[in-house]
Amino acid sequence: MRFVLKTNYGRDIDIFKHRAHASWYFVLIAALLLAPLVLDVFYEKQLTELFIWAIAGAGLMLLTGYSGLVSLGHVAFMALGAYIHAILYSRGWPLFLSIPTSALITGGIGVLIGVASLRMTGIYLAIATLAFAMIVEKVIAHWPALTGGHSGFRVDDPAMFGYSLDSSTAYYYTCLTALVLVFFGVINLLRSPTGRSFIAVRDSEISAQAMGVNLLQTKTLAFALSAGLTGLAGALYAHRIGFLFPDAFTIMTSIMLLMLVVVGGLGSLHGVIFGAFFITIVPQIIAIARDWLPTGIAQSGGLEPLVFGGVLILFLVFEPLGIYGRWVKIRLFFSQFPLYRKKTFLRQKSYLKTERVH
Amino acid sequence: MLEVTDVSVSFGGVHAVQDLSFQVNEGEIFSIMGPNGAGKTTVFNVISRFNDVDTGKISFEDEDITKVAPHVIARRGIARTFQNVELFDHETVLQNLLIGQHTRRQTMLLSEVFFLPKVRKQELEFRSKAEDIIDLLHLQSYREKTVDSLPFGIRKIVEVGRALCLDPKLLLLDEPSSGLNPEESEDLSFWIDDINEELGVTIMMVEHDMNLIGQVSNRVLVMADGRHVVTGTPSEVQSHPDVIDAYLGT
Repeated sequence: MRFVLKTNYGRDIDIFKHRAHASWYFVLIAALLLAPLVLDVFYEKQLTELFIWAIAGAGLMLLTGYSGLVSLGHVAFMALGAYIHAILYSRGWPLFLSIPTSALITGGIGVLIGVASLRMTGIYLAIATLAFAMIVEKVIAHWPALTGGHSGFRVDDPAMFGYSLDSSTAYYYTCLTALVLVFFGVINLLRSPTGRSFIAVRDSEISAQAMGVNLLQTKTLAFALSAGLTGLAGALYAHRIGFLFPDAFTIMTSIMLLMLVVVGGLGSLHGVIFGAFFITIVPQIIAIARDWLPTGIAQSGGLEPLVFGGVLILFLVFEPLGIYGRWVKIRLFFSQFPLYRKKTFLRQKSYLKTERVH
Repeated sequence: MLEVTDVSVSFGGVHAVQDLSFQVNEGEIFSIMGPNGAGKTTVFNVISRFNDVDTGKISFEDEDITKVAPHVIARRGIARTFQNVELFDHETVLQNLLIGQHTRRQTMLLSEVFFLPKVRKQELEFRSKAEDIIDLLHLQSYREKTVDSLPFGIRKIVEVGRALCLDPKLLLLDEPSSGLNPEESEDLSFWIDDINEELGVTIMMVEHDMNLIGQVSNRVLVMADGRHVVTGTPSEVQSHPDVIDAYLGT
């Protein structure tokens, strides 16, 4: 077991808790930077997609994992980000302006949903956001003058300062940079008062208010940041797929995102990465598995949703804390070996919680 | 310091509080007692603005707070605890105490995203304040524990600690001793005294435990059926015929 000697409070604030911790992340970043040298284009594109999912996942994690607000409409923010960026970019905006602008506009639209969210919780909010996603999808489909409608919208090849980012390697680095910056910002936010106010709202709205947290402001901010990050992911995704059409952004994408945060582990940023890894790798595994399955099953279109749904249920039943929760247990198992006790993570019975204001 | 004038609250046909008036003076420990359903907690909820008053006025430090938003109450310097404990369950004790300092936040969103030096400085200030509270309430061994793994008695103390993190002028304690064993109650009475004397916080509490009330309060208000029965020192109140009436019936 490792014991960290803390000699000042700053040690608890630092991102890296000790030197070994920092060096592992250094190794990870170095490996990711060097990966394109050895990987072929297919894996490079898969990793790029993972980064994009992780950015969108960080957005939804901020909302669902940290602020306790469920959204089934995040695909709408992704679609908005993608279309706004593609449209601005096609009108000659430079890439480094049009991506942040699309994220900002999406965040602004998130504010509107956030204001509405003050009056809704739980399942009602989920339904409202779902409705929002439907509306956005319809608007995109029926506004051909701006979005190309069902015939689609061609996204121009990415280029910045005269350099083309169109090669899979260049785009890999673009998305990796965006991911690192996003995570840096989100980690910082979560260790400062704003992040704590999100958590306060998640765990008890009533006492959050008693502590001076402005509910309206906090929920709106959570929605705005979440929508903005998802919009950013959408903008990056636009170049990844190269061609936008309404059917690229269906409710299935929203569910995948929700699945990303739940399977990864609600309330942890590690979970975002684990979840993004999960949802990029599972379709590949299914694709490989199709070769081995009897044709009747392998050809059926519902295989993917079936597997996703099944895994989600298994996680909710056996490991509600997701892959990250499992990872924490495995880590503890090894660090305490052979003294690990299974009951360490057993929750104590909680006390009566009534609906009324106490 | 706190002045409640002719306040009435009703929920549908239930008149929870009727024409209640009282005032809390700076520096005192003021208790409210009464049988179940007397409207004690409603008085607290009205002061912390979780419920609206139908008629009447509440003012704090000569400012009308009858209509302000609930989160503003904390900024004015009124902190509270809850009868059944409302902590942030999935977070550690330390995090709970840090959330308690939200009203003193000076930094804006953008500086927090980049974690500028001033954010770090503020975090360090929050932390040392939280450590002061931890020292005061002897919570050292629970600092890194998540709240949902703690026994009820400790949670109650943590909640008092979190309220103190606001640096309140007025502290509302809703049945602080409920669910505590006699030993913990006794500790609590010392802390209430300490908080009142050393930190100079005015305390208002709803309590059933006559011993605790007798030990710490300066004045007691007795309520029954939403109405004011009598206000006085603990010993006056205890032997007052109307109070005995309210509790035992006639």
